Amino acid sequence: MWEYTDKVKEYFLEPKNVGSIDDANAVGEVGSLACGDALKLFLKIEDGVITDAKFQTFGCASAIASSSALTELLKGKTIDEAQKITNKDIADFLGGLPKEKMHCSVMGQEALEAAIKNYYGEKVEKVELEGELVCHCFGVTDELIRRAIRENDLKTVEDVTNFTKAGGGCGDCVPRIQELLDEVRGQAHTEAPAEKKPLTNIQRMQLVMQVIDEEIRPSLRKDKGDIELVDITGTVVQVALRGACTNCPASQLTLTDFVQKTLRELVDPDIVVKEVSA
Amino acid sequence: MSQRTVYLDNNATTQVAPEVLEEMLPFFSELYGNPSSMHAFGGQVGHSIDEARARVAAGLGCEPGEILFNACGTEGDNTAIHSALSAQPDKRHIITTRVEHPAVLTVAQKLEKRGYDVTYLGVDEHGRLDLDELRDSLRDDTALVSVMYANNEVGNVYPLPEIAQIVKERGALLHTDAVQAVGKISIDLAKLPVDFLALSGHKLHAPKGVGALFVRRGTRFRPFLLGGHQERGRRAGTENTAGIVALGKAMELATSHIEEENTRVKALRDRLEKGLMSAIPDTRLNGDPEHRLPNTANISFKYVEGEAILLLMDRLGICASSGSACTSGSLEPSHVLRAMGVPFTFAHGSIRFSLSRYNTDADVDLVLAEMPAIIKRLREISPFRNGDGPELPPCTC
Ligand code: FES
Repeated sequence: MWEYTDKVKEYFLEPKNVGSIDDANAVGEVGSLACGDALKLFLKIEDGVITDAKFQTFGCASAIASSSALTELLKGKTIDEAQKITNKDIADFLGGLPKEKMHCSVMGQEALEAAIKNYYGEKVEKVELEGELVCHCFGVTDELIRRAIRENDLKTVEDVTNFTKAGGGCGDCVPRIQELLDEVRGQAHTEAPAEKKPLTNIQRMQLVMQVIDEEIRPSLRKDKGDIELVDITGTVVQVALRGACTNCPASQLTLTDFVQKTLRELVDPDIVVKEVSA
Repeated sequence: MSQRTVYLDNNATTQVAPEVLEEMLPFFSELYGNPSSMHAFGGQVGHSIDEARARVAAGLGCEPGEILFNACGTEGDNTAIHSALSAQPDKRHIITTRVEHPAVLTVAQKLEKRGYDVTYLGVDEHGRLDLDELRDSLRDDTALVSVMYANNEVGNVYPLPEIAQIVKERGALLHTDAVQAVGKISIDLAKLPVDFLALSGHKLHAPKGVGALFVRRGTRFRPFLLGGHQERGRRAGTENTAGIVALGKAMELATSHIEEENTRVKALRDRLEKGLMSAIPDTRLNGDPEHRLPNTANISFKYVEGEAILLLMDRLGICASSGSACTSGSLEPSHVLRAMGVPFTFAHGSIRFSLSRYNTDADVDLVLAEMPAIIKRLREISPFRNGDGPELPPCTC
């Protein structure tokens, strides 16, 4: 039997915020019946504040408890605050999870991200996260694996499997997971002693502004477009598109891709670019 | 606070029968002699071991000299496989099934790495073997065929008499992991030409830590444990005297209860199974409805997950187990359900109920009364409660 904390048991046996919200304006859905766990998160966001959060979960005790914990964490938070919630916060709220069950908390974080994307999606074009599908058995992308490695300081393929499920099926993706581990951890190791220390928030903001001015805007202007920086919260960069770009839906995706790729290359590999209407 | 335990996990382990406990206890106190000693004090313990051996042999229809006592079913499986292979060094092929217990499967996989050729026989959606596939897989260099007598998860009973006939025609050795079968269905080794058979005490109301391996007389044998003359040099190590005595008694009891197992226990199981499946929609029976152990029911509840079900049952004192991924810490449902091609949407919500002669009508009544509410409650939390929601194609690995 698993060693669940009392908090996990409590949130499994008497989960808070079960159900759906009829007029939810942010809904995030992750997982599947085939994968063994799935979470549907409903948020009601008013004036940038999450006023209600509910969930439906298919999964084991810790999946249900993690989902319930997430909704408790979210209530009353602004979107910006919500975006900073990580799988660790969910696990901490529950007094910890067995390591084999950490993927339940990651599922919560993913659903939250999907819900926020869905929220913005109502106003602007859908922003797609680029990503290569690494694990076919569980539908896990390289982005998710990279982030899990970074945020949780994962060291082995087994860690990655515990946190993301990737590699827990046929095992075909294990070599690729190892590559990602080497890549992310290699970066952390070889770059840390060199001049590239992790950026502070202010450094990151300054760099983003500089790169947009010097690299991104000039190339957009060539195509009669323009870009405006709207806000930066942590690694999330919100931009608005101007001129020719606004009316060209076909270019939206490639444009976001281009901006995100440039910022990731020159500033911080964690950066996520979101479009908002100015 | 003292809650009644309704124990429906007898394929995991069983309660020690009171008669068994009574018989073994003196071997922890006054009868502590070493059966190998020259003195009469130890010698009397040796007699008790002989008696236990005779009882086990009687229960299986073999000779006492064909029974080796050991520690568990896993040891029996490992010993049989290694012995069969080292006695025939020129034969490099093994046949087993995809639904074996890990005590066989893991050994087979390891041998594959050492250069052995292993054929894993598949099963159909009810977990049944195709005997033609077995026939076609046998080769001149097949050293051993290892097929379980009964499956621990779904309870399927495999047709060992037919299998034995096919295997013997081709001159290969045959081992059967009968850990789940012994005590639940009658086995007569006088009529069943297997070469090895492994059994485990704690599955038939003896304590954990004792088992036996049947090795047919005339079968070349290579011991697994070396370093002592015990068990006539076939299994070194001072005997677990209390455990062996217990196993002898448990075997005797099992034989006298086999009728009850196949009537009363079976009727309880059937009532439980039918009751659950008619009261709860979207269920599925896993396994072979016809050839099954009388005590086992493996039922899947769609849209909910096994571990969550077990924990809610546990709160009411009901013990069972699940083939869901989450209970094992692996991420995929059990290898048995996967081999059977049970859709993942069902496999994640599978619950195994396994009864014994100590279960009563009241036990079944309690489960029938509580289960529908447990499933309903979890389905209400589930995003798939209406049967909709995204469904990824099941992983094909
Ligand atoms: S592809 Fe990742 S485990 Fe199968």
